[in-house]
Amino acid sequence: MSTFITILLAGILTDNMVLSKFLGICPFLGVSKKTDTAVSMSLAVIFVMVLSTAVTYPIYAYLLEPNGLAYLQTIVFILVIAALVQLVEIVLKRLAPPLYKALGIYLPLITTNCAVLGITLLNFTNGYTYGESLVNALGAGLGFMLAMILFSGVRSRLEAADIPESLQGLPITLIAAAIVSLSFLGFAGIVQA
Amino acid sequence: MAGKKNYGQIFTKGLIKENPVLRLVLGTCPTLAVTTAAINGIGMGIAATVVLVGSNLVISLLRKVIPDRVRIPAYITIIAGFVTIVQMLVKAFAPAIDAALGIYLPLIVVNCIILARAEMFASKNTVLPSVLDGLGMGAGFTATLVVMGAIRELIGAGTLFSLPVTSAFMDPMLVAILPPGGFFVFGVLVALANKLAKRMGKKPVEATGCAGCPAAGACSGQSCPSGQAGKEGDAQ
Repeated sequence: MSTFITILLAGILTDNMVLSKFLGICPFLGVSKKTDTAVSMSLAVIFVMVLSTAVTYPIYAYLLEPNGLAYLQTIVFILVIAALVQLVEIVLKRLAPPLYKALGIYLPLITTNCAVLGITLLNFTNGYTYGESLVNALGAGLGFMLAMILFSGVRSRLEAADIPESLQGLPITLIAAAIVSLSFLGFAGIVQA
Repeated sequence: MAGKKNYGQIFTKGLIKENPVLRLVLGTCPTLAVTTAAINGIGMGIAATVVLVGSNLVISLLRKVIPDRVRIPAYITIIAGFVTIVQMLVKAFAPAIDAALGIYLPLIVVNCIILARAEMFASKNTVLPSVLDGLGMGAGFTATLVVMGAIRELIGAGTLFSLPVTSAFMDPMLVAILPPGGFFVFGVLVALANKLAKRMGKKPVEATGCAGCPAAGACSGQSCPSGQAGKEGDAQ
């Protein structure tokens, strides 16, 4: 149980996906302008991340690895994730229209999100078990959400600030991200993964 | 679109005018992640260039065969195939680089630059321009990564390509090779690129919305909440 908590906290704080592993930077910079869109995007990411981990882990452990096909990992994972996202989109549209309305528009964006593929690959690099992988995916997703929400707050402040011309737009956003990331360095050492 | 356009121009535009990292803001994840040392930039840049040229070549050859509706999955499969080849080659011939790049090597699959060039260029052009475009974009990507890696390595470790430069007489500022340093150096570089672009009468990059998203060309703004409909694609 304590391993699960450690992995979860590490995913949220010390090994934050966006701010220390640089995964999912595109949505982090692109969709963090408003807090409500940031929350919906993060929910979609958490959902897809846990689901793809749940599906890719058994595929790798019971299908690719025993048959000596481990080198097909990348290609199989990206296709499984793409198919999964499509499937989720169709199912949500039919069965849960309100949920689809909230998350639907973000789903296609997530297929090519490096965070989802990154987490499914990292589960094996870190040698996690199935349970640990699921917790890791959840933690990483929650960490993404935390970073998105914090950063959307920072950005709404930036909107009102008087910024030198060359720094307007992307540069100041990146520099603000640097400061947020700096504050996350303070969590280093809290959890021993 | 390219038609009889000067082939040299197609190659060189990736270096400066349409530098994928600083002007098109594509591939930010690997740019930030691997540039802790200049040598990593070279490794990542070459790996991505090989994939980019290979996928551009195959996609431009198949551009009339691939049905429009399933083109994105088809592109991803082609790209993933090339990434797997590169991954195996790097593992076999340059294990040190494989260790330094870690999961960012397989993550070339979802590198925005490659899918974006497939969608914006290779799917609309013949083989030769597509290959040149891949080479140019790859060279621009590599150059930016090396510059950024060199800056971060010099400030953060006091070395350049692992050779001591300033480490003998001053303490390096470690923060530059930590994650915040990545964001900061990248932000400053983009600001610099904006400044130079403005001096040459070009618009600064403002798009942190769709243009930074790999599916920009594909979704044509439908799935982008910020509503900056795939304008990079139109700018082509």
